Amino acid sequence: MIQSSRDHYADIRLFSGRGSWLKLALLLVVLVSLPLVLPGYRVFTLNYMAVFVIVGLGMNVLVGDTGQISLGHAGFLAIGAYTTVLLMTRLGMPFPFALPIAGCVSALFGFLLGLPALRLAGPYLAIATLGFGLAITQIIAHSALFGGHMGLVVPDATLGPFSLSGDVSKYYLIVGVAVVLALGVRNLSVTRVGRAFRAIRDNEIAAATMGVDVAYYKTLSFAVSAALTGVAGGLLALMTGFISPGVFTFTLSLMFLAMVVFGGLGSIPGAILGSIVMGYLNLEMDAFQELPVLGRALEDFSERFMSTVGLPNFGWVVTGMLIVFTILLEPQGLYGLWIRALKAIKRSKSADANSSLPGPGAN
Amino acid sequence: MTFFAVDGLTMRFGGLTALDNVSFEVDRGMIFSIIGPNGSGKSTAFNCISGIYQPTAGEIHFEGECISGLAPHLIGRRGIARTFQNIELFGTESTIDNLMLGRHQHMKSGLWSGVAMLGSASSAAREEIENRERVEWILELLDLVRVRDRPVGELPYGTQKRVELARALAMEPKLLLVDEPSAGMNADERAEVGVRMRELRGELDMTILLIEHHVQLAIGLADRVLALNFGKPIACGAPEEIRQHPEVIKAYLGDG
Repeated sequence: MIQSSRDHYADIRLFSGRGSWLKLALLLVVLVSLPLVLPGYRVFTLNYMAVFVIVGLGMNVLVGDTGQISLGHAGFLAIGAYTTVLLMTRLGMPFPFALPIAGCVSALFGFLLGLPALRLAGPYLAIATLGFGLAITQIIAHSALFGGHMGLVVPDATLGPFSLSGDVSKYYLIVGVAVVLALGVRNLSVTRVGRAFRAIRDNEIAAATMGVDVAYYKTLSFAVSAALTGVAGGLLALMTGFISPGVFTFTLSLMFLAMVVFGGLGSIPGAILGSIVMGYLNLEMDAFQELPVLGRALEDFSERFMSTVGLPNFGWVVTGMLIVFTILLEPQGLYGLWIRALKAIKRSKSADANSSLPGPGAN
Repeated sequence: MTFFAVDGLTMRFGGLTALDNVSFEVDRGMIFSIIGPNGSGKSTAFNCISGIYQPTAGEIHFEGECISGLAPHLIGRRGIARTFQNIELFGTESTIDNLMLGRHQHMKSGLWSGVAMLGSASSAAREEIENRERVEWILELLDLVRVRDRPVGELPYGTQKRVELARALAMEPKLLLVDEPSAGMNADERAEVGVRMRELRGELDMTILLIEHHVQLAIGLADRVLALNFGKPIACGAPEEIRQHPEVIKAYLGDG
C-alpha cells in the first residue's frame, strides 16, 4: 500500500468523480422542475418542507454534532421571523438584507442561550432551552411591537428586480437558500470547527486536552444552530405572509428535535430527509383522510378512541409512532436504514459475484 | 531554567489526600517514570498536570511558567499532550479524524473559512490537506494505516491504545504524558510498548513522563524514576537506586 501518493483532498472534497457530479446535476434538475410539474398548492408544501430542512440543518449542528439538546428552537424561528418582518415594516429594509440580519440576531440569542449550556447538561439543559422557547412566544404574544396575539402581516418582498409574491418564486429563493446552507454546513462538518463540535460530543475531557476550547465551541454551536433557524424563520414569514405567536409553539420545537432524531443524528443527509418527512407530515396530517378506504377507517378509529376532532389528531399519533419505532428499530434513523440497505445490496452483489465465479478450490 | 517542575503538589478530595506534597523535576529529553501501587496517586498527578483537576496546593512549572490552575485546553496549547489510563478517544470518529483533532491547535480555519471551503485552493482545504499529510507518518509509525478510516470505537483495545498515542503525537507536544501504556497487555505486547517508547524518544524531540504499573518496564525505560505510595513520594532517583530502594520494595511487597 503506497500511502505517500494519497490524495488528501479526496477525503474532504464535496464531489469526487463524475458520479457525484451527475447526482448533483440530477438533484438540481429535479429541484428546479418540481414546482413546474406539481399543482400550485403543492408548491406551498414544498416551501414549508424546505424551511424545515434549514431548521433541520441547524438542529443537526447542535444536537447531532455537538451533542447538546434544545427544546426551544421554535423560539429562534420566531426571532428570525419577527426580526425579518419588523426590519421590513419599521425600517423599510428590503428582504434580502433583512434575512441575513435576522440570522445574526438569532445567532446572538443562540450565543446567549449557549452560556447556561456550559454549566448544564442532559435534562437540565433540556428544561433551560424549553423555558427559552416558551418565554419568547410569551414575550411576543404580549407586546404591541410584535403585534401581540393578532400577529403581523408580512409585506410583499422583492429580490432585486424579481417580485417574491408567488409561491413558485418563493420556492426558488427558499430552496436556493436551503441548498447553499446545506453545502456550507457540510463543509463546516469536515473542517476544523465541525471536528471540534463532534469531539465535544464524543469526549469533552479529551477534546479539552487536545486544545479545544470547549466553552467557545459549545456557544458557537448554539449560535450557528440559531442562525440557521433564524434564517428559516425569515423564510417562513415570507412564504406564509403572516406570522403570529401561535405558530411558534412548544410542539414545533419538539417536532424540530424529533425530525433530526428520525433522520439520524449527526448525519446531514439524515437531517434533510427527516426534515422533509416531518415537514410534510406536520403540514399534511389530514392527507391521511384522502387515502382510499384506509382514510375512512383511520378516521373512524380516531373518532371512536382518540378524540372528537377527527383525523388531524391521528396525524400526530402517526408522527409519534414513527419516532418511537425509529428509536426502537434503528437508532441511526432514516440515514441508518439507508446505510443498512446499501450494505445489503453490496453483500448480495458480492454474493452473486462469488457464486458465478469459480471458487479458489475449483481447479 | 528547569524544563518541567512540580513543586509541593497536593490534591485532596474531601478527607482523602490523593497527593501529598509531591515535588520532582524533569529535564528536557528525559523519560521520567512515575511508579507506585494502585491508588498511589499517579493518575491524579497527571490530571493535575493536564488541568483536569485543580490542585489543592502546590505549583506546576513548564518552561519557566506556572501552568497550575490553567484550563486543560490552554495547557494542551502550550505543548503538553497526554494519553489516558482508560482510553478516552472520539469513538464515532475515524482514526484519521482523531489524529486531526490532535492538530486542532496547530490549525486556524474558523467558522467562515470552513463554510466557504470551495475547491482545493481555498484556505481551509489547503490547511486540511497539509495537516493530513503531516499525520500520515504517525499512522505509519504506529502501524495504523490499515484502520485509517475506521471509526475508532470499533477497533480492538490494543489498537485503540495506539490510536490514542498517535493522537497525542499529532499534537507535536514538547512534553508527552503517557498513562499506563501497557495496561491490559501480555508480556510480548508490553515489550513492544517499551521498544516503541524508546523509538519515540529517539526520533522526536520530546520529553516523556510515563506512568506505568509494571515496575520492570517503567524502570527499564526511565532516566529517572519517582515512586509514590498513598500519595506520598517515597523515593526519587536513578532507576538502579529505585530498584533497590527498601521503601519501594516494601510498598510493592508489603511489610512481610
